Amino acid sequence: MERDRKLRVLIAKPGLDGHDRGARVIARGLRDAGFEVIYTGVHQTPEQIVSAAIQEDVDLIGLSCLSGAHLYLFPEVVRQLRAAGAGDITVIGGGIIPEEDIPRLKKAGIKQVFLPGTPIAEIVDWTRKNVRQDSVSISLAEKSD
Amino acid sequence: MFDEKTLADARQGIKKWEAEVTRTAPDLLAKKRLSTISDLLVNPIYTPEDIRDLDFDREIGYPGFFPFTRGCQATGYRGRVWTFRMFSGLGTAEDTNRRWHQLLKEGETGLSTAFDFPTLMGYDSDSPKARAEVGKCGVAIDTLADFEVLTRNIPLDKVTTSMTINPPASVLWAMYLVAAERQGVSWDRVGGTIQNDMLKEFIAQKTFMCPPEPSIRLISDTIEFGTHHVPRWNTISISGYHIREAGATAVQELAFTLADGIAYVQDVIARKKLDVDAFAPRLSFFFDSHMDFFEEIAKFRAARRMWAKIMRDRFQAKNPRSWWLRFHTQTAGCSLTHQQPYNNIVRTATEALAAVLGGTQSLHTNSFDEEYALPTEFAATIALRTQQLLAEETGVVNTIDPLAGSYFIEALTSQIEDEAWKYIKGIDDMGGMLAAIDRGFPQREIANAAYRFKQQVDNQEKVVVGVNKYRAEEEAPIEILKIDEKVEAGQAKRLREVKRARDNRTVLKTLDDLRAACRSDKNVMPCVIEAVRAYATEQEICDVYREAFGEYRDPGFF
Repeated sequence: MERDRKLRVLIAKPGLDGHDRGARVIARGLRDAGFEVIYTGVHQTPEQIVSAAIQEDVDLIGLSCLSGAHLYLFPEVVRQLRAAGAGDITVIGGGIIPEEDIPRLKKAGIKQVFLPGTPIAEIVDWTRKNVRQDSVSISLAEKSD
Repeated sequence: MFDEKTLADARQGIKKWEAEVTRTAPDLLAKKRLSTISDLLVNPIYTPEDIRDLDFDREIGYPGFFPFTRGCQATGYRGRVWTFRMFSGLGTAEDTNRRWHQLLKEGETGLSTAFDFPTLMGYDSDSPKARAEVGKCGVAIDTLADFEVLTRNIPLDKVTTSMTINPPASVLWAMYLVAAERQGVSWDRVGGTIQNDMLKEFIAQKTFMCPPEPSIRLISDTIEFGTHHVPRWNTISISGYHIREAGATAVQELAFTLADGIAYVQDVIARKKLDVDAFAPRLSFFFDSHMDFFEEIAKFRAARRMWAKIMRDRFQAKNPRSWWLRFHTQTAGCSLTHQQPYNNIVRTATEALAAVLGGTQSLHTNSFDEEYALPTEFAATIALRTQQLLAEETGVVNTIDPLAGSYFIEALTSQIEDEAWKYIKGIDDMGGMLAAIDRGFPQREIANAAYRFKQQVDNQEKVVVGVNKYRAEEEAPIEILKIDEKVEAGQAKRLREVKRARDNRTVLKTLDDLRAACRSDKNVMPCVIEAVRAYATEQEICDVYREAFGEYRDPGFF
C-alpha cells in the first residue's frame, strides 16, 4: 500500500515576500508530473509551514523566497521540522539566491537549491530520484523490522 | 484608411508575394507558427488590407488629441523627455538617501522608492514577522523619523517622488506630506505618486493586508483627500506591471489593469460622490515592458486609446485630462536571467526602447544583477545610462509616435485592443473586478498563462538566451550587493528611541481617532497624518486597519 501512495509535496512561501509565480508554476508542474501537491499561499511563517507539512504528511517541502531572507527562513524551517520530529521530510528551495549562499543552505539541511531557469522536468527527476527512494527505503526498512 | 484601389492592389500584391515565397521557401508559410511572447499569432507580413477598417482620425489621429493613441501631450518628447525614475531603496533610510543623492547627481530626474517587505506589509522592523527581511528588498521605514532621514536634503518642491506602497499607502503618503511640510513645502506644491493599487495585489503581487472591500475604501479616501488637498499628487498608480510579472500575457496585463481602473473610478464616484473630472486627471498607470518589442509598443498605444474611450464614453468625463492615460514603465524583471547576467543589460535596453517608442511618461530600467540581489551602484548606473543614451544618442525622441502608420503596429494595436475589450466585457458581466477576483478569475487566467509560458520555455518553443539556448559551461561570478545584517538591529534600536522620545498619550489619542474614522464614513487621511505627526509607527497605524477591517488570506491558487 505504502508504495502506491502518491508522493506528497508541500510548496511553501515563507516570509513576507509575495512573488509566487515560481512557486505556483512549480506546484502545477509537480502536480502534472503525478505528485500530490499542496500550496500554502504566500506569507507563511516557518511555524505554519512545519505544521502544514506534518498535518498533510508530506514527503517533500519546496520553499520559495525572492526577498533575500532565505538564509534565515530556509534553515529555520529545517530546524523546526527537526524539533517537531519531522526531520525526515526532504526540504528543497528556490528563488533569488546567490550561488555563494548555497553551501550555507545545504549545510543547514536544505537538500537541493534550484535556481531561476531550471526546467520543471529537472526538479521532477530530482524528486523521483531523491525523495521517492528515501521514503520507499524508509517504509521498507520499517517493514523489515 | 485607404481607397479601394490601394486595397485591391494590396490584395494583388500579397498574392504575388505569397506565390514567390511558396516557390522559394515552400515550408515557410505552411509550417512555421510564430507568435509573440504572449502567444498572439503574428503574420510574416502586413499590408493596407490588415488595417483597412481603421479610421485614421478616429483611431490614430494626432498626439494630444482624442483618443491619444499617439500620446497625451501634443509635444511628445520634444516638449519634455520621459522622467528617468529609478526604483531604488536599500537598507536604512541613510543608505537609501545616499543612493538617491548619487542617482540625482548622475542625472536621474525623479525618485522612486523601494521599501522592504515589512514596510510594504505594514509591520515594524522589530516585529517577529520582519525577521531577516529588514532593509533587504528596499528601505526600512518605521516612523516619520526614518522618513525625515530618507528625504534629507531632497528638495520636495522640485523633485517628484513615486512610492511603491500599497496596503499602508495612506501611512507612507502621510509621512511624505509631513516631511514636506517640515521642509517648508506646502501640500499644493508637492508632486509624486503612491502606487496604492490593491486590486492588482489580490490579482498578482500578493502584498495584501485587509480584504478587498475595505482596501478599496482606503484608496477612495486617499483619492478624495488628494483631490482636495494635494492637487499635484497622483493618488494611485493603476498597475499592470505586477500582473505581467506574475505571468500574464500583454493582453491580460492591459485588460486587467483597465478593469481595475474602472473599478476605482466607480468606487470614488459612488462612495465619495465626486464628479469624475474632479479626480480622474490624477489617476496614473504603470506598465511592464517585456521582451516582445512590437507587442509592447502596440500595448502602450492601445492602452491610451482604450482608457480615453472608457473615460469619455463610459464615465462621460468632459475634461480631456481625464481621458489621458499617463503611465510609468518598468522593464520586465521577469525577463532577466540568472544565467549570463550581463545579457540583461541588452534585454533592459530593448525593453526600454519599446517603452519609449510606446510613449511612456516615466521609466525605470532594471539593473543586470537583479536576479541575484538588489542592484549595486555600478549596475544601477548602467541602467540609468541606458535611458540617457536612448534619450540623447539614438534620435528616437525627435519624432512623436514614429511607428504610427506601420501596417503591423497599427494592426497589432487594434488586435490587442480587441482582445482586451473581450476580457473587460467578461469582467463586466461577472459584476466587475471585485466579483471577478472573488471567483479567482484573473488569478487563474494569469496562472494558466504563466504555466504555459514556462512549458514553452522548457520545450524550447520560446527561446531565453543563456537559459534554454546558448548556455555557458561556466560563468564568472558577479559582484553582489549585501545588506548588512546589522541593519535590522539598528532599525529596532532607532524604533525604541523614537518610542521613548514621543508623547505616548498623543499617539494613543491619534490612533483612537483613526479607529473611529475607520468605523465611520469619515476620510481616514487627516487622522493618519496626525498619528504620523505624533510618531506613531507604521505598524501601530496598520494594526488599527487590521483590527477594524480584518485580514485577507491568500486563497493559494496555482
